[in-house]
Amino acid sequence: MSRADLISLLPHLILALGAVLVMMVIAVRRNHFVIYVLTCLTLIIALYFLPETASLPHEVGVLFVVDGLGVFSTMLIMLAALAVTIMSYAYFETHEERTGEYYMLFILATFGASIMVISGHFVSFFLGLEILSVSLYGMIAYLRKRERSDEAGIKYLILAAFSSAFLLFGMALIYASTGDMTFQGLSGYFAAFDELPILVTAGLGMVVVGAGFKLSVVPFHMWTPDVYEGAPAPVAAFISTVSKGATMILLVRFFLAIDGFRFPVVLTIFTVISIASMVVGNILALRQQNVKRILAYSSIAHFGYLLVAFIAADDLGVEAVNFYLVAYFATMLGAFGVVTVLSDPERDAEQLDDYRGLLWRRPGLAAVFVVTLLSLAGIPLTAGFVAKFYILASGIGTNQWLLVILLVVNSVVGLFYYIRIVAVMFDSVREGEIRQTAYVGNFATLLILVLLLVWFGISPQGLIDVIRGLVNGS
Amino acid sequence: MTLIAFIGTLMAGGIVAWITARWSETLSRWIALTTVLIDLVWSVVILINNRPDFSATDWLIRFDYPWIGRFGIGISVAADGLSLILLILTFFLGAASVIVSWREIRQRVGFFHFNLLWVLAGIAGVFVVMDLFLFYFFWEVMLIPMYFLIGIWGHENRRYAAMKFFIFTQASGLMMLLSILGLYFIHGNNTGTYTFDYFELLTATFGDTAGRWLMLGFLAAFIVKLPVVPFHSWLPDAHSQAPTAGSVILAGLLLKTGAYGILRFVLPLFPDAAREFSNVAMILGVVGIIYGALLAYGQTDLKRLVAYTSVSHMGFVMLGIFSFNELAFQGVVMQLVAHGLSTGALFVIAGALYERIHTRDLSLMGGFWSGTPFMGFITLVFVMASLGLPGLVNFVAEFLILNGAWQTSHVLAVIGAIGLVLAMAYSLRIMRKIFFGPVADIGVGMRDLTLCEKVVLVPMTLLVIFLGLFPQHVFNASEKSVKDILAMVNSNNKP
Repeated sequence: MSRADLISLLPHLILALGAVLVMMVIAVRRNHFVIYVLTCLTLIIALYFLPETASLPHEVGVLFVVDGLGVFSTMLIMLAALAVTIMSYAYFETHEERTGEYYMLFILATFGASIMVISGHFVSFFLGLEILSVSLYGMIAYLRKRERSDEAGIKYLILAAFSSAFLLFGMALIYASTGDMTFQGLSGYFAAFDELPILVTAGLGMVVVGAGFKLSVVPFHMWTPDVYEGAPAPVAAFISTVSKGATMILLVRFFLAIDGFRFPVVLTIFTVISIASMVVGNILALRQQNVKRILAYSSIAHFGYLLVAFIAADDLGVEAVNFYLVAYFATMLGAFGVVTVLSDPERDAEQLDDYRGLLWRRPGLAAVFVVTLLSLAGIPLTAGFVAKFYILASGIGTNQWLLVILLVVNSVVGLFYYIRIVAVMFDSVREGEIRQTAYVGNFATLLILVLLLVWFGISPQGLIDVIRGLVNGS
Repeated sequence: MTLIAFIGTLMAGGIVAWITARWSETLSRWIALTTVLIDLVWSVVILINNRPDFSATDWLIRFDYPWIGRFGIGISVAADGLSLILLILTFFLGAASVIVSWREIRQRVGFFHFNLLWVLAGIAGVFVVMDLFLFYFFWEVMLIPMYFLIGIWGHENRRYAAMKFFIFTQASGLMMLLSILGLYFIHGNNTGTYTFDYFELLTATFGDTAGRWLMLGFLAAFIVKLPVVPFHSWLPDAHSQAPTAGSVILAGLLLKTGAYGILRFVLPLFPDAAREFSNVAMILGVVGIIYGALLAYGQTDLKRLVAYTSVSHMGFVMLGIFSFNELAFQGVVMQLVAHGLSTGALFVIAGALYERIHTRDLSLMGGFWSGTPFMGFITLVFVMASLGLPGLVNFVAEFLILNGAWQTSHVLAVIGAIGLVLAMAYSLRIMRKIFFGPVADIGVGMRDLTLCEKVVLVPMTLLVIFLGLFPQHVFNASEKSVKDILAMVNSNNKP
């Protein structure tokens, strides 16, 4: 391993080191605050050592490709992880006595996700995915005393194991027909195909099943609402952002490498998945009374939208995917941040009733929630709008009118349930105690997230320049 | 820059009003009022400075500044006579809505004024922006605060009404966004210049089919806002459930953005498709006139009744716009002003009645004239305006529109004129039900108009009479814009 290799992988190594360190600290003394600070420091130091753009792209062996896309998404993942860590502290301080292991699993999960986004090989792809999944099993079921916690954990465990098996089988099939597992090598083979051999099609299909499970796109979405409902709110935030985002970036990398959308069958598969996710996600969200489940279905729909830009697969499309992910991350973290703050030791604030009159009881928090909901709905002045605009632009730019029109129709359906939450919040004040578990860190995070949402909504050019520089610049 | 300052003042004023309400609600009200008045005076000064010759320059004020370079989006604003008239109307009715809320709105005063001023900012933005992306942006900016205005301070069924309003306008707005993007890419692919700039896109060329679809996207947003039957069903609910200020802004201003959009964007950008569509549009307009008037006659809820008269009056706008001649266009501009004033005033009166007797049900009212002669008199003026009495501004507008429509289609003009007869019926019914007949119990001991209400209604009355007698002032200001638009309609955009 050369010096240059080391430098490019340094952030990831720091994460791995951080996980080990946390484990050792737990062995010596369980102190929630120390472990929390250690986790934050790990993430901050890792962020600090993200490679300079000047030395990109850099390939480390055959396993990793550290390029602009990789660095950008690693940064995104780590920032999101930092936000989730800060949320988690207040949450676990009141919920659970044994808190140390959570942070270890958390760093490992982040590590897995950040490995995924720089992988250029099936092996690193799979390892990253598994590190992420295995850590998540523990995190989802972390609050053992809760009724739904085990159910969510087991459900995720079984389905994730299944989907991993699919993924492996798919990789094996592709390997069997091409004899290569690097994305670069595969791109050569795929370029030679006029149409896909049946074995490769089957292999790709299985890879899509495996990745689709992680993205929770329809029809691989069954677990999502239950897991979101059962998992602690910060973990749900982590699943909906980091885990899904990393998988999306990986898919972008893989399908761009093999130029997958040249083949009608791949195009059809993703078009169908995209439409199904938008429609099913939005329609199922309509009748929910549980905010966490609404957010789950909403995230399903949002990945349907995101696939529109993914299918475009040109420069604009990749930009759109990245911009959308930034907006989506900030939005989801904000939304779950509010849920976290309002949760108490018995249960999370997940019923719509918990939010009744919030605008008058807690104007600040309600304002944050309103902004995130408007951003999810894609209303101007928020990042969500520019992101949706980006996706529409990439869709229309590649003439996918069917998808674009369905996207618009679905946005309207989506409005119903976002606005319903807003309406509940400005209902007349309900008597009763204000429940909350929050520290300064929570509010600072929420404030920053909201400012970002509004800032990217009003003046997105800065972010666009960064994305263009990193993603398409090379 | 002046135009940006108009919008900026309103937005800033809204935030300040919100914050100061913590300490003093009265201060918050005064801040909101001052903000709107500053804009009003300022815009009137601009109008006076440019009198009497508005045709010297293409645009009275223009300002361009790049915003999101990646997509060729700029902060591009401009105003001509048409924009200026509508801006003044916006600020005038804006000030009126702040004043009528003085006693009506007692809860969450700061947030109320924030929403009020931001709706006005959005509307003012719509009337001046010359960048299609920015246009959509402001189109949406006026939506959310309006949703809150209806949803928080509205009447008993506010939640449903607010949601319906939001979904209708948002859905149709997204159609427009698709068209805007389609236009952007078609023009970009043809010329290599990817931009949302209005002036650049005026030169866009495309085939017939593409033009038709793009125009329908734009039109979707505008005819829902206007509204044109059968896309009007959000309007009676939203108007009747909104607080007085909300109704005034909805009827007086929000509907005007639809008409303005058609004049400024649909006709110049898609002249071919618009000409093709004109017959259908005129028929829809006439259907709106008759249908709105018939339904207005059947209402028992005063605010709903006035809401349906809006549908009828906006039918005239649709009829006039698609007649494609100068006479009708001038009538349309006049109708926008006239309807803003008269319907706005009727909603203020409906609000005043509601505050006194806590019902909008016409069958419970009657014989109020003896107790409240001043209110009765003012109502009479606006009811007469609404039915198109010569000497008042609505008559000028509707007369010109029918005159213009006659040149295009005799049949439709005749049917449209029947609408005037129906207007007589529903307008007189308002007077009879509220102010004449046996005295209803709930009206005993009712106060006449308060100072606040007089401050709003008297200037409106004077304006309605003044513009009815001297309509030329408005025509002078809008003549140049109207001629320009007409010239663009008669061009074409074949490749």
